[in-house]
Amino acid sequence: MSERPPALESLRAASVDALALEERAARLASRSIKRESKRAGLELTVACMDLTTLEGADTPGKVEAMCQRALHPDPEDPAIGAVAAVCVYPDLVGVAARALAGTPVKVASVAGAFPSGRSHREHRLAEIRQAVADGADEIDIVIDRGAFLAGRLTEVHDDVAAAKDACGDAHLKTILEVGELGSYDNIRLASMVAMAAGSDVIKTSTGKLSLSATPAIALCMAEAIRDHLDQTGAEVGLKLAGGVRTAKQALGYLSIIAETLGTAWLTPERFRFGASSLLNDVVLQLRFGASGRYARLDNLPVD
Amino acid sequence: MSDGIEIRKTYKLFINGAFPRSESGRTEPVHGPDGRLLAHVAKASRKDLRDAVRAARAAQSGWARRTAYNRGQIIYRLAEMLESRRGELTHELTRTGVDGSVADQDVAGAIDAAVYWAGFADKLDILAGSVNPVAGPFLNVSATVPPGVCGLVAPARLEALVSMTSAAIMAGNTTVVLAGGDVILAAGTLGELVATSDVPPGVVNILTGIPADLHGWLADHEDVDLLDVSGVPDETRRDLETRAAENLKRVSATAGARDLSTALAFTEIRTVWHPARIAP
Repeated sequence: MSERPPALESLRAASVDALALEERAARLASRSIKRESKRAGLELTVACMDLTTLEGADTPGKVEAMCQRALHPDPEDPAIGAVAAVCVYPDLVGVAARALAGTPVKVASVAGAFPSGRSHREHRLAEIRQAVADGADEIDIVIDRGAFLAGRLTEVHDDVAAAKDACGDAHLKTILEVGELGSYDNIRLASMVAMAAGSDVIKTSTGKLSLSATPAIALCMAEAIRDHLDQTGAEVGLKLAGGVRTAKQALGYLSIIAETLGTAWLTPERFRFGASSLLNDVVLQLRFGASGRYARLDNLPVD
Repeated sequence: MSDGIEIRKTYKLFINGAFPRSESGRTEPVHGPDGRLLAHVAKASRKDLRDAVRAARAAQSGWARRTAYNRGQIIYRLAEMLESRRGELTHELTRTGVDGSVADQDVAGAIDAAVYWAGFADKLDILAGSVNPVAGPFLNVSATVPPGVCGLVAPARLEALVSMTSAAIMAGNTTVVLAGGDVILAAGTLGELVATSDVPPGVVNILTGIPADLHGWLADHEDVDLLDVSGVPDETRRDLETRAAENLKRVSATAGARDLSTALAFTEIRTVWHPARIAP
């Protein structure tokens, strides 16, 4: 486990101007992106995507089918490269790892009693270790919002640090579950704590709540990452999950990241979309860009 | 009562149950026969068409799931709304230059057409479906299903416009209607009547402007299942039909004629084999 940081409370210092944040985020997200830039943005969206299935009804067959989709996002256009990763429940990591062996697509697993995180620490850590042993390259955990909202920041920090420790070489993505945090100040503080504890990536949501990623929340977290970089020199990634369904939304988020963290962050190593239905909308837009004819959702695979 | 200021209507599009101006901000000036400017009507753009098709697609399965009887009731309600605005519709036609008696007849025909298709809704399966005799122990049934989203390029007559639209939705389709020419004002008002007839949002979308600017996008759109080219001039029909065929779209030219062949044009027949027979 990593050293306890000097003063987590000092991270509370900054307060977020909610109006200015929302206004700036809305402005950046509505930027008009056309033609070549649009195509590049859409291809980047695919390259930065964690294709996700987190349903109770998931089966090995569904995961295998999704892995094929991850390798060939548009079955009719081999020019469109694979997505960054697939994201599954821990018991299906082995299935995904076998299906993706020898390919550049990473296997990500949620772990640590996802999506609530409400379980004993040793069980959560054991779940992480098992997922890594089964072949997960990346682990998505969720912070203890109960402890966070009660002000027990050290507990939140130590939990994440222990998870990072259990990950070994795997990357740790820490979900803040922004829908339960209540304010931009809290989102910023949770970002700072999660980064101080050694997260490789901070992530908005589990996708299980109605309030998840919004442009303002993405901007808030991107600014936290930038400030953390300035203070410590550590480069932390960002993953936006939940509610990103259309290509247009995705392009808006790319603008926010590019303007806040610079284009260096527009790579699969530092930026991800966690999504399932987004891929089909992006492929529809890519097809429209290529053919000049509006494409049909029914012609794409269902996931 | 003092003489109030004349409140002129802004003629807008009808997409997904709402009345947006064109996304492009463009309008089409409409003049009377004497050259006087009547209105700047919202001129639909390619992106308005895209939005309309998206709305129609989203509404289609829900509309098709309604019972034929309920669809008939709703179309009859549309006829009632047309009747209550008969004077306004006639006035809108005559203002754009349609001769008075022709306009009267056109509006009357539109109302009759809505009633006709309202009554047709729960007869369609009886007329077009069948139980087929087959050489085996199977129940073999042909039933009607709607093709899906229909793009309708209407001729510049209100009766044809209303009849095509009613026939298409009668069969469980949703529609994107392009309207212009002499019916451009009346088509704007038609949206208001549809909106007050319990027709769910997205089932009928009306795009006013210059149909010839948009019908190519409709023909090319892979998510439109049927194109009715009744209002397309002969010289461009062939091109549109070719483009529609490239994405396996059905093409019809019903002109809203009130007969079984129009109903069949907006219908697909699916046949199922069921391993059981009706015991003699």
